[in-house]
Amino acid sequence: MSDRIGIEVTVNGIHHLHEVEPRLLLSDFLRHTLMLTGTHVGCEHGVCGACTIMLNGDSIRACLMFAVQADGCEIQTVEGLGSIEKMNSLQEAFHACHALQCGFCTPGMLMTCKDMLQKYPLQNDAQIRDGLSGNLCRCTGYTHIVEAVRLERDRRDAKQVENAAEQAQ
Amino acid sequence: MKPPKFEYLRPASIEEAVAALAAAGDEGKIIAGGQSLVPMMNFRLLSPSVVIDINRIPGLGDIQEQPDGGLKIGALARHHALETSETVKKLYPVLHAAMQQVAHLAIRNRGTIGGSITHADPAAELPMLMKLLDARIKLVSSRGTRIVDAEDFFLGALSADVQENELVTEIYLPPLPQGAGWAFEEVARRAGDFALAAVGVILQVEQGKVVEARIGVMGVADTPLRINDAETILFNQACDPATLEQTVQAVLQAIEPSTDLHASAEYRKHLTEVLIRRAIGLAWLRATGENNE
Repeated sequence: MSDRIGIEVTVNGIHHLHEVEPRLLLSDFLRHTLMLTGTHVGCEHGVCGACTIMLNGDSIRACLMFAVQADGCEIQTVEGLGSIEKMNSLQEAFHACHALQCGFCTPGMLMTCKDMLQKYPLQNDAQIRDGLSGNLCRCTGYTHIVEAVRLERDRRDAKQVENAAEQAQ
Repeated sequence: MKPPKFEYLRPASIEEAVAALAAAGDEGKIIAGGQSLVPMMNFRLLSPSVVIDINRIPGLGDIQEQPDGGLKIGALARHHALETSETVKKLYPVLHAAMQQVAHLAIRNRGTIGGSITHADPAAELPMLMKLLDARIKLVSSRGTRIVDAEDFFLGALSADVQENELVTEIYLPPLPQGAGWAFEEVARRAGDFALAAVGVILQVEQGKVVEARIGVMGVADTPLRINDAETILFNQACDPATLEQTVQAVLQAIEPSTDLHASAEYRKHLTEVLIRRAIGLAWLRATGENNE
């Protein structure tokens, strides 16, 4: 059997062609092959959420998928959200609310929050905490992360109201 | 924490997948969502030499209402698709409710119904829901097709009636009785974790009497259970306090939970008692129209 299989993936808008061993985890492909070390690896069995990325617009655990399975897919990692100079709105909310301390869980938290903000109303803290329940953080006690999500949710809802008003005109 | 080498195949049809399984002998393993398989491979608890990826088989994740009012669910239907399906919500509100408790969003985005029931974790929601909904599971192999009732499908912890080289392709749910009341109640350590205990109830009530009762429990035995003795007690009765108490006791007699690091046997039994009493009451209210939420 041939050891390596060619794959084509788009990561943060950049097209990549690589040959990978089937056993290579997507998380290791991102970190070791593409050198995108923003995606963190905590537990490697789907429990901690640190390696959460977006695959074709949905959050997934990068440690529970093989790179070869992502052939033809569009991936977004934390590097695709914003930069230190120009953070995106969610990253700014984390910054403003002090929603991180050591930062290890933060890439996974951001990707998880991005997906839950696009899929769920998150109208109360119970829903927000439910959405965060698959990501472990050992520093913050979660409270500040909940606050950041609340802030970003309010911005999202305000934007929706704005858009609706614009369309009505 | 890295899986050993394997050969990777990506069949484009059920026929190709089944042929690949047959060719791989006992060395082949199907990967669907991979949410249970990949952790086991990362820990090297499993090391298949051929991994057959069914994720690209067209139509395998379809969720389709049937002419008889039932539902066909393709094995590759993701948990998030079931969670958000309007058809599921309309036809099987109990399944819709249970799906909210299945794992976390990133897991629900990948995990599949076929994978979950084949993995047969006794603390997972879908195996119990399959028994509660009298599901029929379709398995295909190079030898042909087999249909297995959910009642017979779960053999033990992490063991389902999937024979050598068989692939689960589809789950059929028969229609629920008209106006049936339902409830799903679960306790887990953390939202999305495996249940310490959970129960599902379906009650059909006519003229103040139960004409069909289904009671499912999970997390308290090697497999999810239907408690036939308790279902029989409810039959042809109103849900008065004495009948309810008798039913709850029948449930408790039928289970023998075990102690593990998550909870003691006594605590699981206590949870089951609290949850089943609550669920039967709620299903009764929904069936009799006293609670239409």
